[in-house]
Parts: sequence; C-alpha cells; structure tokens
Amino acid sequence: MTTSELIWYLALTAITANMVRLLPILLIRGRITNRFVRSFLYYVPYVTLAVMTFPAIIQATDSPWAGTAALLLGILAAWRGYNLFVVATICCLAVVVFNAF
Amino acid sequence: MFNQQIANRLPHRFRRGTPLVQGMRDGLPIGIGYYAVAFSLGIIARNLGIPAWLGFASSLLTRASAGEYGAYSVIAIQATMVEVIGMAVVTNLRYLLMSTSLTQKVARRTPLWKRLLVGCCMTDEVFGISIAYPGQLPPSYPLGATIVAGLMWAAGTASGIVAGDILPEQVVSALSVALYGMFIAIIVPPSRQDRGIAVAVMASFALSGLCAILPIISTLSNGTRTILLTVIIAAAAAIIRPIQPQDIDNDNL
Repeated sequence: MTTSELIWYLALTAITANMVRLLPILLIRGRITNRFVRSFLYYVPYVTLAVMTFPAIIQATDSPWAGTAALLLGILAAWRGYNLFVVATICCLAVVVFNAF
Repeated sequence: MFNQQIANRLPHRFRRGTPLVQGMRDGLPIGIGYYAVAFSLGIIARNLGIPAWLGFASSLLTRASAGEYGAYSVIAIQATMVEVIGMAVVTNLRYLLMSTSLTQKVARRTPLWKRLLVGCCMTDEVFGISIAYPGQLPPSYPLGATIVAGLMWAAGTASGIVAGDILPEQVVSALSVALYGMFIAIIVPPSRQDRGIAVAVMASFALSGLCAILPIISTLSNGTRTILLTVIIAAAAAIIRPIQPQDIDNDNL
C-alpha cells in the first residue's frame, strides 16, 4: 500500500473518531433533567471501565494467573486509597513477581 | 479559611497548581501506560508499512487504542473507506457515552469551543480522571492531561515503528496491565462510597467475564461487547437504583 493511501485511511479514522466524541456536545447544550437519563449517565463511566478491565486484564498477560494477581492486588491497593500511579505500578509489579516464579 | 477547609478534603493531587498543571501531572502516569501500549501498536503499524512520522501524527490525532487497532486491521485487508468509517464508529462509540456524561460536569456557562475541546480530549483514561475531578470540570484539566498523555501515546507509536520488538516479552507483559491498573484505581474508590456503583461494577465484571466465554456473544468484537454491556448494565442500574432527586439539582452529577 502506498503512503498516500495509508494517509487517507488514517485521516478518515482520526476524523471519525473525533466526530464521535464531538457529536453529543454539539447536540446536548443544557442540563439533562430526566432522572433516568441522569442516573444512566451517572453509572456509565464505572460500568464501561469495569467491563473493559475484566476479563481483559487476565487475557493481557501470558499466564492468566499473573493477570488475576494484578487484578486482586490492584483492587486491594485502590481500596486502601492509593493513587492512580501507585495502583498501576503495583499491578505491573504483580506480573513481574508472578512471572519470576 | 473556608477554601482551605474544602482543599483539605480534596484528594492530594487536586490541591496544588492550576487545572492545566494538575491535568499535566495526572496525565504523566497515564502517558507512561500509553507509551507502553502504543509501542505494541507501533509494531503492528510497522508491519503495515506505516512510516514513523505518520504513526506519530495519526496516533496524536486519533488517540484511541481500540480505534487504532481496529483501523490497522481493516487497513491490513485493504478494506473500503466505508468499512474504515464503520470500524472507527464502533470502536469509538463508548466516547459518545463518555462525552455525553461529561457535558453534565462542565460548568453551565462554558463556551462551546471549550466544550468541544473537552470532547476532543476524550479517551478512557482522561475521562476516568476527569470524572474523579472534584466539583465542576475546568476544560483545561483534560487538556493538560491530553497534552502530556497524547504526546506520549504518539511517541510510543513512533518508537514501536522505529524500534520494533526490542523490549523483552516479560516487560511488555508487565506493562500491558498498567492501563487496567489505572481503571481499577478509578472505579474502586467510588465503589466504597456508593453501594449502587459497587454492585454495578461487580455485575459488570461478572457479565463481561461471562460474555467473553459464551458462544456467539464471544465472537463479537471487544468494542461491540463493551458498548452493549455498558448500555444494558447502566440502564438496569438506573432503573433499579436511580440517583436521588436532590442529586439532580446538583451540578456535580
């Protein structure tokens, strides 16, 4: 494939990806007052992130047990109130330690 | 004095600096995770013959892991432009939900161009730290995070294209869970405070795990499953445990 063809493909992807992000902002200007819609939007972020985390985390590592260790230690660390970076580091270290054995 | 009291109750990372600086600081750990993930993305781009500068530019402008993986897979089979657009819509559809959710957290009088800027910054992780921001969201916060994390995402892609697979398999394996660690750090603390969120998160884990092994459903792409499960579970949670009426008047959602 030529470089110019690749540019077209990738430009189209970039434009579409950003249009999807902008559409709701162009369409929804005010506050949403509907209780169901607000409740739905309240839960969306947590549900999306949870769905994307599991089972992906145990499929990301060579051994599913390493991913499971990362998941459990990550939940424990986050429960104890450690910040984003510390929790992510603990998950990585869990995999390193698990793979060492 | 009063402001100091509020500040003391905020998580440590929100106490100092302008929203832009706070965003850049919170964007750094995200960027480190991005760099690692983008590196593996770059290896795929390299195999497709995408030059490093193009990988850098497209990653900087697209900023979507699943979206870019999807794009590369349709490029590999020399798909039509319609298929490229279709793939981009499906793999990025969750950003539509996230953008909608965040429009409710930005201050009422924010001008449109700043709202659009917030929308353009939308990635899973930037969204995650943005919903964790106390009170209304200043548009410069996600912008700061995107400046740092987006550049590292693009740099990771370019590095992967140039350097190929020099990182040992063990290192790639360990780094690959960094993103999920960040997701966990975002969803667990609110689960401690709100039982509705806790139950929704546990249901999400269970159903997502189930859908990954069930016949037929497991053949759907990850992006499609994510959208379907999000809509179903969040709708169920909204029906079973709607947020309280007083929260509806609350700008913080």
